[in-house]
Amino acid sequence: MDRALTVDGRVGRARGLLGARRFLDERGVLVGLVAVALIFGALVGPQFFRAANLELMARQTVIVCVAALGMTMVIVAGGIDLSVGSVVALSTVVVALLLRAGSGPVLAALGTVMAAAVCGALNGLLITRLQVVPFIVTLGTMLLVRGAAKGLADERRIEAPISWLNDLLRTAQDGGGLLLPAGIWLTAALALVVAFTLRYTRFGRHLFAIGSNERTARLCGVRINLNKLAVYTIASAMAGVAGLLEFAKLSVGDPTVAIGLELDVIAAVIIGGGSLLGGKGSVVGTIAGAAIMAIIQIGCSQQGLPNWVQEIITGTIIVGAVALDRWRSRS
Amino acid sequence: MVEGLTAVPRFDMRGVRKTFGATVALDGVNFAVRAGEVCALVGQNGAGKSTLMGILSGAIRPDAGEMRLDGASYAPRQPIDARRAGVAMIYQELSLAPHLSVMENIVLGVEPSRYGIVQRDRARATAAAALEELGRHDIPPQAAVGTLSPASQQLVEIARALATGCRVLVLDEPTSSLGHDDVRRLFDLIQRLKQQGHAIVYISHFIEEVKEVSDRFVVLRDGGNAGDGPTAQTRGDEIVRMMVGRSVGDLYTRGSRETGEALLQVDELMPGAASFALRRGEILGIAGLLGAGRSRLLRTIFGLEPAKSGRVTLGVYSGPAAPHDRWRQGMGMLSEDRGGEGLAAGLSVADNLTGSRLDGLGPGVFVWPSRQNAAATRWIDRLAIRCAGPRQTVAELSGGNQQKVAVARLLHHDVDVLILDEPTRGIDVASKAEIYRLIDELVSAGDRDKRKAVLLVSSYLPELLGVCDRIAVMSRGRLGPARPVEEWTEHSLLMDASGARAAS
Repeated sequence: MDRALTVDGRVGRARGLLGARRFLDERGVLVGLVAVALIFGALVGPQFFRAANLELMARQTVIVCVAALGMTMVIVAGGIDLSVGSVVALSTVVVALLLRAGSGPVLAALGTVMAAAVCGALNGLLITRLQVVPFIVTLGTMLLVRGAAKGLADERRIEAPISWLNDLLRTAQDGGGLLLPAGIWLTAALALVVAFTLRYTRFGRHLFAIGSNERTARLCGVRINLNKLAVYTIASAMAGVAGLLEFAKLSVGDPTVAIGLELDVIAAVIIGGGSLLGGKGSVVGTIAGAAIMAIIQIGCSQQGLPNWVQEIITGTIIVGAVALDRWRSRS
Repeated sequence: MVEGLTAVPRFDMRGVRKTFGATVALDGVNFAVRAGEVCALVGQNGAGKSTLMGILSGAIRPDAGEMRLDGASYAPRQPIDARRAGVAMIYQELSLAPHLSVMENIVLGVEPSRYGIVQRDRARATAAAALEELGRHDIPPQAAVGTLSPASQQLVEIARALATGCRVLVLDEPTSSLGHDDVRRLFDLIQRLKQQGHAIVYISHFIEEVKEVSDRFVVLRDGGNAGDGPTAQTRGDEIVRMMVGRSVGDLYTRGSRETGEALLQVDELMPGAASFALRRGEILGIAGLLGAGRSRLLRTIFGLEPAKSGRVTLGVYSGPAAPHDRWRQGMGMLSEDRGGEGLAAGLSVADNLTGSRLDGLGPGVFVWPSRQNAAATRWIDRLAIRCAGPRQTVAELSGGNQQKVAVARLLHHDVDVLILDEPTRGIDVASKAEIYRLIDELVSAGDRDKRKAVLLVSSYLPELLGVCDRIAVMSRGRLGPARPVEEWTEHSLLMDASGARAAS
C-alpha cells in the first residue's frame, strides 16, 4: 500500500514537469517569434507592424513556407530532401514552357505540380529500392533535377504569356476582396491540410512512427516503403507549388533560381522544433520558423543593416534553436 | 553488516540521497563492499540501483551523503574521475568501438605513448596482459571488436577495466545477452577477479545468479535499504520478499487449458528446419541457447525476414507475407529488443500501444487522438501500466511498464496468435508475474473459441517450464519436436539445447 502511494505521488509530479516541458516544446518557437518581432519592432519603429509591411513579410516567406510544409513531413519521417531548390527551379521552367505552348493556366499549374511530384517519386523509389540514405539520394537528384531544368530551358530564362498565375503574389488591394494575395491564402490552406494530416490521419501517425523508430514501425506492420514513397512525392509536389509561387514572383521560368533554397527550408523546420533524427516536427513550428527568418531578413534590410549581419543573426538562431531543443529534451 | 571486524571496505557509501525534481530516487542509502568480495545489488526496476551506481561512477552527483574509497574521501564530479580512481562499470549495453581492434579498445584512453605517438608494442603487451589476467588468450588482440560474439565483447570490456587498473568493478545485468556456457565462464571469471582482490558489485534480476555468484547481497526498495545479508544463508524467496516488500505467491499461473483447432501450421520452414502446429488455447515454448536461431525463426514466421523454403499457414492464409499482412491475418509479435525495435521510445504510450491498429479510432483514414487515448487508457487500466497518462513518452516508463505497453499492443490489435520473444527480459519480478498471469489468461480464460495461441521464446528455463503446455528445443539452427511440458526438466532442456544428447 505504502509503495503504491509513493509511485502515485511520483506520477503526479512527473505530470507537472511534463506539462512545463510540453509548453516549452510547442510554444518555444512562438515565444522566439514574438521576441524577434518585438526586437525589430523596437529597432525599426511602429511602422514595422503596419499591415502593408506584414504582408510584405508574408509574401517574402510563402515560397519557403510551402516547401517547408513538405519538408516537415519528410523530416518527421526521419528523412531529408535536398532537391527542393532544384525542383522549384524546374517547376518555374515547366510552368513557363506549358504556358508558352498555349495551355491554360490551370492545366499548366497541374502539369507543373505533377512534374514536381515525379521528381519526388524518383527520390522515394531510389531511397526505398536502393536502400541508400536520403541525404545522398537527394544530393544526387538535387544536381540531376537542376541539370534537367537547365537542359529543358536551354540554359535561358523562359518568357511566358501573362495569366492569373502571375498575380498569385500580387497585393490584393487592387485585385478584388481577397484582402491578401491568393498565394498567401493557398499557403494557409496547405498548412491546414498538412497539419491536419500529420495529426489526425493514419498516414501522419505512421510518418511519426517511421521517424521515431523505423524498426518499430515495421514490426507494427507499417508499410515503410509505401509511406516513404508517398512522403517524398508529396513533399516534391509541395515544392512544385512553391515553384508556381516563385514563377509568380519572377514572371519568367528561370532554371538558376532558388539555389540553396533547400537550406532555408530545412532551417525553417529545424527552428520550428523538427529533429533531423526524425519523429519530431510540427506545421505551426515550421511556419513560425519561416516567419522568424523572414522578419530577420526584412527587419535587417529596413534597418539598413548589411546582409552579413542578417546572415549572422539567422545562423545564431538556427544553432540556438537546436541547442534549446537539446536542453529541453535533457531536462 | 559485519564490517569493522575486517579491513576498511573498498568503498563505502553512507546516507546517499538524491532527488530528481520532486521525486526522491534515493533516500539515505548505505552501501559498502570489501575488497575480495562479490556483493549482489538487487531490487526491482525503479528501486534506485541505477541511480546508486550512477553516483558511484560519477555520472550523477548526490544531494547528500558521504563516499569513501579505500578509506579516502571520494567525490567524483564526472565519470572520468571515477575511472581514474579505479571504479569501472560494465553496463548491459556495452560501450566499445566496434570498428577498432580488441587491443585498441582495451587501451582506449590510456594508450601508452611517447610524444603523442602510440607505442604499439606496449599497447599490445598491456592488452595481452589484461586478456591473460582473464584467462582468455583465445581472443585475438587484432580482431575488430564488432566481429566478436557478445560474450567476447563483454570480456574485452572487462579487460579494459582491468587495464585501467580498476579496484571496483560493477557488472550491470551482465548475463542478459549471454548463452549458458558463457554465463558459466563469466562466473568463473568473477570468482577469479574476486580472488585477485577486486571489489565486485553484481546487479541482476536473477535470484539464482545472485545465489550462485555473490557472497553478500543488498536489497534496495523504493530508494531505501530493504535488507542485506550473507547470500549462502539466505533463501532465494526471502530475498525476493525483501525486493517486493510482500511475498509473491506462485510466480507462474496456470489456468485450465484446453486446446482447440490449429491456428498456425509451420512446415519444413527454413531457416529453422521447423515443423509444428500451434493450437488455440495453448502455449508452445521454444528453448535453446543464445544464437541457436530462435529469434530468426520467429522473425521468419512473422515475415520480418525472408523464408528460404517451407510453408507457414496461418488460419486460411498461406504463402509469403510481410508483417503488415501478418497483423491483418491475426498474428502479432513482441520483439526481444524492446528499446531498439519493440517500442518507439520517443513516442507516447498511446502511439506505441495503438501503432499496429489505428483503424477504428476515427472515420476512414482519420485518427482522433481522443479515441486513441481512450483505447490506450483502457489497456493502461487493464494491465495496471504505471504512467502519467496515455500521452506520456514511453522512454520515461520503467522497463516493466514499457514491456506491458509492448504486450498491450498485441491485445489492442486483438490478434489470435501471439509471438512473444523473451517477453520478460530485463524486467522486475512483480512485472514478470503480471505478464505471466496475463499470458495465462489469454489462453485459458473466456470463450473457448475466442482463446488465443501463444508461441513463446525464452532463455529462462523455469519460465518455459512454468507457463508452457509444450516445449520444443532449438539447437544449432534446427527445431526439435515439441513435447508436453511434463516430459521436460531443466536438465533435459539444457541437454538438448547444448546438443549434448545428440552427441552422446
